[in-house]
Amino acid sequence: MLAVKTNKPVNFSESAQAKAREIMDRYPTGKHKSAIIPILHIAQEENENWLSVDTMDYVAGLMKIKPVEVYEVATFYSMFNLKPVGRFLLEVCHTGPCAVRGAEWLIDYLCSKLNIKPGGTTADNMFTVKGVECLGACGYAPMMQIGKYYYEHLDTPEKVDALIEQLRNRVDYKHENWVV
Amino acid sequence: MGKKLLTEHIHVPGINSFDVYKQHGGYASVERALKQMTPAEVVEEVKKSGLRGRGGAGFPTGMKWSFIDKKSGKPRYLVCNADESEPGTFKDRYLMEKIPHLLIEGMIVSSFALEAHLSFIYIRGEYKWIYELLWKAVNEAKANGYLGHNILGTGYHLDIVVHCGAGAYICGEETALIESLEGKRGNPRIKPPFPAIQGLYGNPTVVNNVESIAAVPWIVNHGGEAYSKFGVGRSAGTKLISACGNIRKPGVYEIDLSLPVKEFLYSDEYCGGMANGKRLKAVVAGGSSVPILPAELFLQTADGKDRLMSYESLNEGGFASGTMLGSGGFIVYDEDACIVRNTWNFTRFYHHESCGQCSPCREGTGWMEKVLHNLESGHGTSGDIDLLWDIQRKIDGNTICPLGDAAAWPVASAIRHFREEFEWHVAEPELSQKRNYGLLNSTKEKLYHTEATIES
Repeated sequence: MLAVKTNKPVNFSESAQAKAREIMDRYPTGKHKSAIIPILHIAQEENENWLSVDTMDYVAGLMKIKPVEVYEVATFYSMFNLKPVGRFLLEVCHTGPCAVRGAEWLIDYLCSKLNIKPGGTTADNMFTVKGVECLGACGYAPMMQIGKYYYEHLDTPEKVDALIEQLRNRVDYKHENWVV
Repeated sequence: MGKKLLTEHIHVPGINSFDVYKQHGGYASVERALKQMTPAEVVEEVKKSGLRGRGGAGFPTGMKWSFIDKKSGKPRYLVCNADESEPGTFKDRYLMEKIPHLLIEGMIVSSFALEAHLSFIYIRGEYKWIYELLWKAVNEAKANGYLGHNILGTGYHLDIVVHCGAGAYICGEETALIESLEGKRGNPRIKPPFPAIQGLYGNPTVVNNVESIAAVPWIVNHGGEAYSKFGVGRSAGTKLISACGNIRKPGVYEIDLSLPVKEFLYSDEYCGGMANGKRLKAVVAGGSSVPILPAELFLQTADGKDRLMSYESLNEGGFASGTMLGSGGFIVYDEDACIVRNTWNFTRFYHHESCGQCSPCREGTGWMEKVLHNLESGHGTSGDIDLLWDIQRKIDGNTICPLGDAAAWPVASAIRHFREEFEWHVAEPELSQKRNYGLLNSTKEKLYHTEATIES
């Protein structure tokens, strides 16, 4: 996966910096590297839900570790987006149990409704649709994750339409996102 | 109706708050353990209870605890594995979401037994809102004197850190989880040394599943012997089963481990039978990794005995005709299901989740995914089935961690029990694109095509 460099200066907000320091203090002395995953979640939140190389370098500086230590973690975990995504990332679980209950229909329906392919982003940069592996909601399928929450039992076009409409009209989308 | 040991109070309004939880007998085991028992006595009760690890492997919890190195004088850690990601499994989420203080109570008592003073809950990153619920519970427990310094005036001190992952099935493997908790990629370690000797930060560590830890308060309150009276034989106690697939009532159920599988599947108290009046085709009884069984071998053993939802009964017949209780991820397939497609889907999952350390798993899962995709999309050849069998055999047992085995077993069992369905895909490539094999006579039209979900 190719990481993207933007050459834009990165700086966390005051509150994000304070949060990052607080998280590093949770671990035993000298073991603050443990905080890297929670801090990368904050970094994504600060950078429109994705990690540029610049953001990762900033995190390395903040944590006083080598940039490569950040890259190798960021590239391993599937929740870290290494390229820009839409304002709302619709992550549909498509693993076995969800597939049995209509996950493939949900992906097809979303993609045709929004006129994109799986993994793609709409032209207005509002939505990205992605098939992801098991989210632990097998009994409540079909479902998807958007930001912090799960949206479950999405088994009819009406429910999906209503949800998309609701998202389109939302202004303060950040309040549902990651708070470590 | 079976007795509920973990979920008795789960539907009480407000049970996720400290006060309501305490009013319903919560935190009694902390008082009891810290004030009246020694750590060794707690370990002894858990040993007596016969509690086995509820994450999937079923290793006796008390025995695991007794392996922890207390002689070296190094700090000891308890790490709760809340990285629930086995397809079909959503039981830990249910407990943590509804009754988070039960896990915190279990963590305190278990940490006391291990004489640990810093413990961790590693929760998968996708469960973001539960991560926050757990922090809230930790902070409430601390504010009420159940965490922090000098708990209840007993001199014991403990802190709990809730830690989040970021999407990696492999981190459910205990050594990968430890690596991840140390801030690294989740690559499993070679054992030995086992975590009990050299785990988190090189120190003695025990990693236990959420449900195992949540069972400890009941055991401490009522005694190990009382716990061992539930269930059957070496399958002691109760277990949470997360049921999904083509059933009427998907959800999480706490069952006595002596419950007959027919009752679990068909009774209204549990799964409520098949959805839409369909017939049962196959069941994956314990999460995607365990062998899939056709209906007849699932309901009864090869020699005609009714199966129970216990470790031993589900395993009867070995992998030739049995399966495993695993994590309790119970996936039911009806007469329209396509086993080839399902196997391809699971294999895609394992390929996606392979950490890439060991060649058999890294290369083998991707190879199997391609072959299965060919078969499912009507481009298979007759040699593909034997090829799949050969690949899975070369992965099984040849990797550092059990992810390789977990990827091999679903393929092996699908071919073992449903070979004719694979052969049908080869013999009838066009028909197989129009309808599923189902129970051969399925008339359901196939609506979606494999290409739709392949990631760019």
